Amino acid sequence: MKLIEIKNCYKVYKNGVAALANFNLEIEKGEFVFIIGASGSGKSSLVKMLYREEKPTRGEVIVGGVNVAKLKNRKVYKFRRKIGVVFQDFKLLPKLTVYENVSFGLKNIGMKEDKIREKVTKALKRVGLKEKLRCFPNQLSGGEQQRVCIARAIVNEPKILICDEPTGNLDPKTSKEIMDVIEEINKTMGTTIIMATHDKEIVNRMKKRVILIENGVLTGDYLKGRYKAHENI
Amino acid sequence: MKIFRILKSSISDAFKSVFRNFSLSFASVTCTTITLILVSLAIIFSANINSFTTNLEKNLTIVAFLDRDATEEDANILLEAIKSVDNINKDEIVYQDKEEVKVAMQEESEDFNAIMSTWTAEDNHLQSLFILKVNDVKHIGKTASEIAKMSKIDVVKYGEGMVDQLVMVFDFVKKASIIMVVALILVTAFLISNTIKLTIISRKTEIEIMRLIGTSNLVIKLPFLFEGFVLGIIGSIIPVLLTIYGYIIIYDKLGGYLFLKVIAMINPKYFIFYVALILLGIGSVVGIIGSYRAVRKYLKI
Repeated sequence: MKLIEIKNCYKVYKNGVAALANFNLEIEKGEFVFIIGASGSGKSSLVKMLYREEKPTRGEVIVGGVNVAKLKNRKVYKFRRKIGVVFQDFKLLPKLTVYENVSFGLKNIGMKEDKIREKVTKALKRVGLKEKLRCFPNQLSGGEQQRVCIARAIVNEPKILICDEPTGNLDPKTSKEIMDVIEEINKTMGTTIIMATHDKEIVNRMKKRVILIENGVLTGDYLKGRYKAHENI
Repeated sequence: MKIFRILKSSISDAFKSVFRNFSLSFASVTCTTITLILVSLAIIFSANINSFTTNLEKNLTIVAFLDRDATEEDANILLEAIKSVDNINKDEIVYQDKEEVKVAMQEESEDFNAIMSTWTAEDNHLQSLFILKVNDVKHIGKTASEIAKMSKIDVVKYGEGMVDQLVMVFDFVKKASIIMVVALILVTAFLISNTIKLTIISRKTEIEIMRLIGTSNLVIKLPFLFEGFVLGIIGSIIPVLLTIYGYIIIYDKLGGYLFLKVIAMINPKYFIFYVALILLGIGSVVGIIGSYRAVRKYLKI
C-alpha cells in the first residue's frame, strides 16, 4: 500500500530558486527510507513538503491520502496531527517539562488527562526517558532532547515519522542510540520512516532504501543502499 | 467535554504566560492600573458633576410676574397658554395670587411679616405669579422670553446670565470628562495590545513549534486572548480597591459635600460598586480587545 506518492512535482521559491524538478517518488507503508544529497540539493524542501511546511509549485504530493498541494491553510493542523516530525534542532518548548512537551499536542486536541498520561508514559518508555519526565529541556543532553522530540512525534502513534536530519547535532555514539530508537519504532509500531540525513555511517550501517537527490532531481533509488557509492556528495 | 478541556488549558496557559513573562506583564499591568485610576477619577468626577447639575437643574425655576391689574380669569387664560409651551413641565406649574405671595413672604421673614400683617387687600401691591419648571434647562432662556411676550405678563425672572453660564460650564466639563475617559480607554487598549505583541514576538519559536505539531489556530490564539483578559483584570484590582476605599474615605472626610455645601457628593453606597464594576468591565474588555488586535495583526497563521 502506497503511503506517499509524489508525482511530477516542482518546487520553485519566490526568489526564483528551483529546489525540485519533475520529482517522482512512491513510498510503501512500513518502509524506512533515507533521503540523501548535498546541502542545497532539495532534500529539505522535499521533507518540508511532506509535512506541508512548503507547498509544491506544480504537481502532486499525496501523504496518507491527502494531497498537500490542495490542502487549505486552515486544515493543515489536522493533517499534521496524523504525522510525526523529528527536527535537527529538536524544537522543544524550553519552559515546559519533558512530560508537558510530549503531552502538548494531545492536550491541545482536548484529550482526557488519564488517556494523555497513558500515551505519554508509553512514548517516553519507548525512547527510554521514563525517569526524566519532570526535567526541563535545558537539563537534558542533546541525545536526550532528541529522544523527547521523538517521543512527542510518536505519542499519537502516527503512520508516518518524518525525520529532518535528526542526528545532525549529535555525536556518533548518541546518533547510533537515536537511530536504534527510530529503527525500533519502525519495527514494532510499523511506522513508515522518512529520514533526510548527511550521516554516511548511519546510512551505510542500516542498509535501508536510499533516495539520492542532486540539484532537485531524483538521481538514485537503491533498495539496500549505501552512502559509499556516492562519496562525492 | 473536549471544548472545556481546551478552554481550561488555554486559561491555565494564559496565567502561566503572565508569570513566565513577568517583566512584560508587570509593565502592562502597571500601565493599565495607572490608566484605570485616571479613568476612575474621571468617572467619579463627571458622575458627581452630573448629579450636582441634575439636582441644580431640577431646582431651576422661572418666575412669571403678572400685571398688577390681572384678574383671576386672566390667570386662568395664562395658565392654559403656559401649558401649551413645549419646554414647560406641565406637572409642576404653581400659581400664587398676590395674597398667597404675601403669606409666603410673611412666612419667610419676620420683617416682612411685621410690615405686611397690617396690609388690607387694597394695600397689597404685590404681583400674582407663576412658578414654572422646564424640561430642558438649556432652553430656559428661550422659554422665559416666550412667556414674557404673553399678554398680562409683566416680567419674567430665571436668574438669567448666571444660569446660562453655569449650564455651559457644566456641559463642557461633562463632555471633556467623557472625551478623557474614551481617550484613556484607547490608550489602555493600545498598551495591552503592545504587550501581547511583544509576548507574541518573544514566543515566536513556541508558536512555530505549536503549528508544526498540529495545534489548531484557535488553540494557539486562545491563550493570548485570555492573557489580555487576565492582564486587564489584574490591572484593574488596585483601581477598584482605590475607588471603593478612597471614595468612602473622601466622602466621610468631606462630610458628603465637595468644596461648598451646595455641591453634594453622590452617596457611596451603590455608586462605588457601579464604578468598580465599570472599571473591571473596562479592564477585561480592553484587555481582550487589545490582545485580539495584536493576535490579528502579529499572529499570521
